[in-house]
Amino acid sequence: MSLQQFMNEALSPWMKQDGPDSDIVLSSRIRLARNFSSSPFPLIASDETLEKVLDFFKEEYKGQSFRDYKGFEIVQMNDLEPVEKRVLVEKHLISPHLAEKPEHSAALISENEQVSIMINEEDHIRLQLYFPGFQLDKALEQASQLDDWLEEKINYAFDEKRGYLTACPTNVGTGMRASVMMHLPALSMTQQINRMTPAINQLGLVVRGIYGEGSEALGNIYQISNQITLGKSEQDIVEDLHSVVKQLIDQERRAREALISRSGVQLEDRIFRSYGVLKHSRIIESKEAAKCLSDLRLGIDLKLIDDIPRTILNELMILTQPGFLQQYAKASLNPDERDVRRASLIRERLQLENEE
Amino acid sequence: MECQECHQRKATVHLTQVINGQKTEVHVCEHCAKDKGYMSYGEENFSLSNLLSGLFHSESPSTFKGKQAHTQQQTPQLQCPTCGMTYQEFARIGKFGCGNCYETFDERLNPVLRRVHSGNTTHDGKIPKREGGHLHLKRELDEHKSNLRQLIEQEEFEQAAKVRDKIRTLESRIHEGEDGEQ
Ligand SMILES: [Zn+2]
Ligand SMILES: [Zn+2]
Repeated sequence: MSLQQFMNEALSPWMKQDGPDSDIVLSSRIRLARNFSSSPFPLIASDETLEKVLDFFKEEYKGQSFRDYKGFEIVQMNDLEPVEKRVLVEKHLISPHLAEKPEHSAALISENEQVSIMINEEDHIRLQLYFPGFQLDKALEQASQLDDWLEEKINYAFDEKRGYLTACPTNVGTGMRASVMMHLPALSMTQQINRMTPAINQLGLVVRGIYGEGSEALGNIYQISNQITLGKSEQDIVEDLHSVVKQLIDQERRAREALISRSGVQLEDRIFRSYGVLKHSRIIESKEAAKCLSDLRLGIDLKLIDDIPRTILNELMILTQPGFLQQYAKASLNPDERDVRRASLIRERLQLENEE
Repeated sequence: MECQECHQRKATVHLTQVINGQKTEVHVCEHCAKDKGYMSYGEENFSLSNLLSGLFHSESPSTFKGKQAHTQQQTPQLQCPTCGMTYQEFARIGKFGCGNCYETFDERLNPVLRRVHSGNTTHDGKIPKREGGHLHLKRELDEHKSNLRQLIEQEEFEQAAKVRDKIRTLESRIHEGEDGEQ
């Protein structure tokens, strides 16, 4: 059963592939917000309306395929345990907002987990498509085709002047949020990323940590996305994001080289100490785990460590979130129990690599 | 473990709260987590709508004209005929009720959109294939028209004549399309 697949593996099938610039860019995502023209938006829609929208998706798209995206499965929020919803959030297959409003909401997820169409989120439709590495253009092209595929059967709320109409004025126009997930350890270690953020904001782009709260970015993983959705074409938005990400990639590579030449031994020491902690600790908090995983991944990218696949960072970041830990433990865990469970899970995972 | 709020359901949400440097553990059920506001995943939604309603308030005329004078007469009830949402409600929650709200609140939207979208107020991106029908033609028409202007300025009249013919064909197609829709 497909829900089991979504729940069991931390890494979605597409995450196991390398994409362009995979040493720095973990993934590229396009998200499109769409609404039915004839129905009130989910926030104020009646139960009947929401049910109608959901039924429409069940009837028209359950089990369907579109090109590479096969076997769409409907996952209804109502049918899920809280911990299962958490797991889907941790895998980025659904948004926290969808998990919080279980009535009449669902996600239509392709077998390879590259496409997830959230139904009755803030908008009737939130289509998101992921690609590994730095592939924004391809993601945009295919997201747009998926959008056309849906439009064959749906009359979208669209206005000549304002574009695709969305519940929130921050999404109107293209309804598009393009984003790139990046691992920026060297720019973080040297504090450069903090200095660059204001300039990036000025360009209408947002930089934020994916894990952790406020300004801290656990695991040195950042998301860069567009803020503006109105008055620019999808291509222009993606192009602007693309050029900033390209620069960040160059800067990160340069910062890594500078670190190696200035303080190679210290860097190596830091990386192998983190590796040691991950391999041997019995209790580890998520913050420390994230830091060590980021170091380990940097070590892999710098070819200091060669017996572990790159995807370990992504996999273990997801796997050691509270939802997944509890899913694996088949029990609810308090924070202390989680830290123990997290340490043993990481140890076992690394052990597995060393045996192969 | 039972939920420490309702003592009825199983605690499935476990959090560590830090208040004034004091760490406390919280074990609650999902229902209470939502109810008591423990459950915030730190996503953009919440803060954005706060930010937005802030925008609306600073947009109100009372901030730059006399403070008292405008508060009374500045409340004509703009209400969306389709979903029933009033402008006041929209300004409070920062979200529209339906697509038609955009039309209803149209005259007041530009300042809001300008702030959120770096000065932009009109769409310049994708047009849906079916829904957008004659809009595709209209956009093509606009491109031809500006092309025509350029050609005339450059005194390339032969080219200009060709473009003008294209414009005529397009215009009649748009005309037919609009008649056909009714
Ligand atoms: Zn409770
Ligand atoms: Zn409305």
